Amino acid sequence: MENPNTLNHLLALEGLSKETVTSILDHAVGFKEVSKRRIKKVPPLRGVTVVLFFIENSTRTRISFEVAAKRLSADTLNFSASTSSLSKGETLLDTAKNLMAMQPDIIVMRHFAPGAAKFLSERIPAGIVNAGDGPHAHPTQALLDMYTMRERKGRLEGLEVAIVGDIAHSRVARSNIHGLLTMGAKVRLAGPRTMLPTMIDRFPVSVHDRIEPAIEGADVVMMLRIQKERMGKDLFPSDREYARVFGLDSQKLKLAKPDCLVMHPGPMNRGVEITPEVADSTQSVILEQVENGVAVRMAVLFMVARHLGVSEE
Amino acid sequence: MGETNKIEKRVIMDARAVELAVSDLAGRIRAASDEDQVCLIGIQTGGVYVAQRLHKAMEAVGFKDICFGRLDITLYRDDIFTALQQPVVRSTDIRFDLTGKNVILVDDVLYTGRTIRAALDALVDFGRPRRVRLAVLVDRGLREYPIQADFAGRTVNTDANETVQVELVEMGFERDRVVVYERQS
Repeated sequence: MENPNTLNHLLALEGLSKETVTSILDHAVGFKEVSKRRIKKVPPLRGVTVVLFFIENSTRTRISFEVAAKRLSADTLNFSASTSSLSKGETLLDTAKNLMAMQPDIIVMRHFAPGAAKFLSERIPAGIVNAGDGPHAHPTQALLDMYTMRERKGRLEGLEVAIVGDIAHSRVARSNIHGLLTMGAKVRLAGPRTMLPTMIDRFPVSVHDRIEPAIEGADVVMMLRIQKERMGKDLFPSDREYARVFGLDSQKLKLAKPDCLVMHPGPMNRGVEITPEVADSTQSVILEQVENGVAVRMAVLFMVARHLGVSEE
Repeated sequence: MGETNKIEKRVIMDARAVELAVSDLAGRIRAASDEDQVCLIGIQTGGVYVAQRLHKAMEAVGFKDICFGRLDITLYRDDIFTALQQPVVRSTDIRFDLTGKNVILVDDVLYTGRTIRAALDALVDFGRPRRVRLAVLVDRGLREYPIQADFAGRTVNTDANETVQVELVEMGFERDRVVVYERQS
């Protein structure tokens, strides 16, 4: 039977039960308080080694995981692309097997290849936490987004959430779609047709090629970053054109509910997908998202460690 | 919490006994304290409810400006990864520095002493209290750590295969009681 208070791995939100997602968010409530203390540290992961295995560059996600692990008293090791032998031709599995010589208990992993975290989880005896695998999944980002929505709105069930931008290239969007649907929220997607994924009609979401109908009456508007590095070719004519049609400004935001939350996973392209007025407005919870990310990642690491402890019995 | 798998054996306190025990605790704390100011820290979750009752009773015997906090000890447990029942981490809420304070730590039932050991570990992360004393509604014996209560509402002898449960109306029970259950495994 699935124990909703433990996680063997966290690879994606797809397939996680409502009870497990709720348990992660509930645990994060307790962990958020730890970061507000004068001594920001609690002992449960003493003796647990967490490897931060980041093959694709990421500063903020890595730092968030590192702070989370340290506040739980875990030992952290950093292993990133620039310092690794992967650039010398070693395979992912060989690198991971070498990592195992350090006896890590948990590997937090970011990789450019979709499915990389799952691949390792099937071959390596450690708890694997996916910190982003290409355009596939970024489960802790979606969890911190849902945590922020639930904290501000008191619920997820029935919330109208608009996700706007480059849906096709976004692991943040994909993980949020799975998580939000599991939790009973309603999801609307909007973006240029070149940025909407194929097969999206398999999901019970509404899809729009204009921003206005997506954000009308919404409880939450989540703006995605235009990821120039992931696009092989030009998918829209110009930044200015994108900002005019799909960027969120104060005028368009009036279509949403008056207390609508504005979210962004960062880093923002100010003046492209979001105007500075909106990003800095009272409706914006973008910095709360960052703060909640530490609490949610503490909850995930704790629940994975708990699974390791239980399975030793 | 499992309503299944346990059989009620005996009621050791009824509503009146709980009320008397709480006011008796407050009176004894008053008599043993030369200061008006104390901090009450309830241990999640049962201890918080008892601490709230005690708070009122202590105001009635002359304590002023009692600071009140809640402490979750889950992260400090010595069985955190091995306990069969895995409690969810609950919120700690101590919004003041404990340095120099007179702290009364409050729990519903004192049993092995492991919870209190964990609570003392947790408390030092919030400052260096002048003094920490322990008040419990029920001391059921069977200690596994060298820990004793400074104030106990009721002391009873129990077996290890029994559970002692404090049931208060604010926890959702019909009436205040303290009940001994037989643990079915």
